[in-house]
Amino acid sequence: MSGMSKIVKTISNITFPLITIYGLYIIAHGHLTPGGGFQGGAVVASGCAMILVAYGSVWTMGKIKEKNLSLLESTGAICFILLAILGLGFGTVFFNNFLVGSNFLFGIVPATGSTLANINTGGVIPLMNFAVGIKVIVGLFAIVLVMAYASSTKEGKK
Amino acid sequence: MIFNIPFIAVAALILIGLYAIIFRRNLIKMVIGITLIESGVNLFLITLGYREGSVAPIFTSLPTGTTVPEGMAFPVPQALTLTSIVIGVAVLALMLSLIIHIYRHYGTLDVRKIGGGEE
Amino acid sequence: MNIVDFLLQHSPALIVAIPLLGAFLTPLVSRLNDKARNIFVILTLGLTTSIVFLLASDVFAGNIHTYAFGSQDLALPIVRILFEVDAMSAFMTIIGTILALVSVIYSWAFIKENTGLDKYYTLILLMTAGMFGMMLTGDMFNFFVFLEITSIASCALIAFWTNKGKAVEAGFKYIVISTIGALFILFAIALLYGQYNALNIATLASVIQFSFLDKIALVLLIAALAMKAGIVPMHMWLPDAYGRAPAPVTIILIGATQASLYGVFRVCFTLYGNTINLTPVSIGWILVLLGLITMLLGVAMALIQSDFKRLIAFSAVAEIGYMFLGVGAGLTVLGNTEMMAAIGSSAMSGGVFHIMNDALDVGLLFLVAGAVYYATRETSLDKLGGLARNMKYTTVFFIIGLLAVSGMPPMNGFASKLLIYESTFQLNPILSIVAILSSIMLLAVFVKVFHSAFLGPALPKFKDVKEVPKSMLIAMGIIASIIIVFGLFPELIVSNIVEPAVNALISYGDYIREVIPTFTGGM
Repeated sequence: MSGMSKIVKTISNITFPLITIYGLYIIAHGHLTPGGGFQGGAVVASGCAMILVAYGSVWTMGKIKEKNLSLLESTGAICFILLAILGLGFGTVFFNNFLVGSNFLFGIVPATGSTLANINTGGVIPLMNFAVGIKVIVGLFAIVLVMAYASSTKEGKK
Repeated sequence: MIFNIPFIAVAALILIGLYAIIFRRNLIKMVIGITLIESGVNLFLITLGYREGSVAPIFTSLPTGTTVPEGMAFPVPQALTLTSIVIGVAVLALMLSLIIHIYRHYGTLDVRKIGGGEE
Repeated sequence: MNIVDFLLQHSPALIVAIPLLGAFLTPLVSRLNDKARNIFVILTLGLTTSIVFLLASDVFAGNIHTYAFGSQDLALPIVRILFEVDAMSAFMTIIGTILALVSVIYSWAFIKENTGLDKYYTLILLMTAGMFGMMLTGDMFNFFVFLEITSIASCALIAFWTNKGKAVEAGFKYIVISTIGALFILFAIALLYGQYNALNIATLASVIQFSFLDKIALVLLIAALAMKAGIVPMHMWLPDAYGRAPAPVTIILIGATQASLYGVFRVCFTLYGNTINLTPVSIGWILVLLGLITMLLGVAMALIQSDFKRLIAFSAVAEIGYMFLGVGAGLTVLGNTEMMAAIGSSAMSGGVFHIMNDALDVGLLFLVAGAVYYATRETSLDKLGGLARNMKYTTVFFIIGLLAVSGMPPMNGFASKLLIYESTFQLNPILSIVAILSSIMLLAVFVKVFHSAFLGPALPKFKDVKEVPKSMLIAMGIIASIIIVFGLFPELIVSNIVEPAVNALISYGDYIREVIPTFTGGM
């Protein structure tokens, strides 16, 4: 598909960073407020889809090769599974939350009951949120990009 | 009676979705029917987790006077619904890309005209 | 602890995690070299096969393995996702891993000229991980998630040859029917969760009463899972999907279909085990009736086909009827101890043994059909002929598959079908007569195929058809040798592997007591 007019391109240039920051906020605070990996990733992916609609699929496909998207998606998935396997390395089972209680990265244990939110809690969960968030952003954007590019050319790739 | 409205909505959504899949000939309308059934089942999952007069199950800055955990809604159905929505997105993307391929081969989206050949 | 104990303790999770990790590493590995990627995939599946055999050898000795993700031990109340491996799950994972390993070895040469191969291997590893997850899990919603993973991956693989319109249409039909079935399974799981506030199979089985909503959930679960397994009258997707997919994809698809069959048995025997014989018309008789209709219709439709792979697909439908017949006959006598010892146990042994035999036999036939397609680029039986001169090894493998699938000694099909004939005759003679009749008709169908494809005068257009490459022959040889070994020593296999699986299905109390130690009741 071809791009849209100059006004649309300018406005989408302005709003794309706002959408991205909002989506990253939802991903990062997944263990405190409603949200997390998939929800924040869907928000950022719709921002990227807005850029795709504004600039046209041919221009976007020229800027971003599909191979790099596939590589980034695999990296997100591998980080998730490695974080699960690291529970094995610390002597316990898969998916064990080995960062809670230690003072390494996200290790503070909050008091039970109604407290104020502290982002430095949760253990492995915020890291897994980031991995899932990257995978969802790249995955959903790749789906929309390939479909838009495939319906613009007469004979597409496989 | 008013607390049964979500369940009536679930039944209506599933029946309309089944009607669209069975009686419509356009492939896109069949995909929309599947999306309707999936929305109905997700609504059913969410509705199961409701307690009367409860708040959201988040510990941060609760309103004063809510008992924990009896004053909060169930959090498990929310996780189940989220997983189901993600699976629905993946299946929808796959079905639509297959429809693009079918249209490029057969030139039509009528379900009675594609798939000839053997029985 | 040494490495073997470590692997054994974590094996239920490793069996699912290693193909999953391999699936996501494959796009990175395939940037180096094509051969490195093939070797990486075969090594991943080889490692999974060795862990499966390690776990199976421990489970068949009598221990049930449980694995709670993310916790230290099994403390009540159960809030973790549990994997629970008893003998029936171990039996199914053995079948799945043999099929997956053979498929990847076969597809080294078969799929080589196509593009997009890194996605192909990623999807095969994902489908294998989903299939293992379905067989090992002890949690209903986890079963649904793995079922959907397997369906999505297999749909993308069925439509792999996107330059042919028919393959894409088969994939679309498969995903629509599969998604509707999976949504009904989710609806039934939500019904059960809403009543009992539990998703774990053992916890649900210990508190279930057979109320009206439970009956609706049972009907929805059996109907949707039987549709995924290919039971008539819901079998419409199976001939198209099996017949138009590439041959190595079909053989893993057999494993995924039988994982849904395992789901039916797990729901009927373990989840509803305490209450299933309270129904007036026993569920077992419904399974027996569905099995009979499936057998008859599968064979009848196979007689009139002219496409090679579609014919084998219809015979696969007929074979699934045998499994339903055997296990359904066992379900009718579940509460009745002396009739169970007399006929139910041997009927279920026949049905469960037939799961493994059918996977191997029909898998070998599909691999032979794929080899014929690779050599001649023809799929229609009207245009083939006289191939026995050029492809000697393939002909021998086809003869082995023909004898096995129609129940002739000394192949393994004879052992399992004889068990089914003997035990169902005592239940009702008509069942046994119908089963023997369909076996004879299957023999007729495949003798016709053998005559028209391999015997006959040599056609001039097939003059320079060579034998298929070595990797495909090695894959077919592995399955053929397992078939012959199982046929020569059936007593060994039945007493060591099938009997523990059948006892694990019948005595559902052990399964529940592993999670809830204070459960009384159950056999």
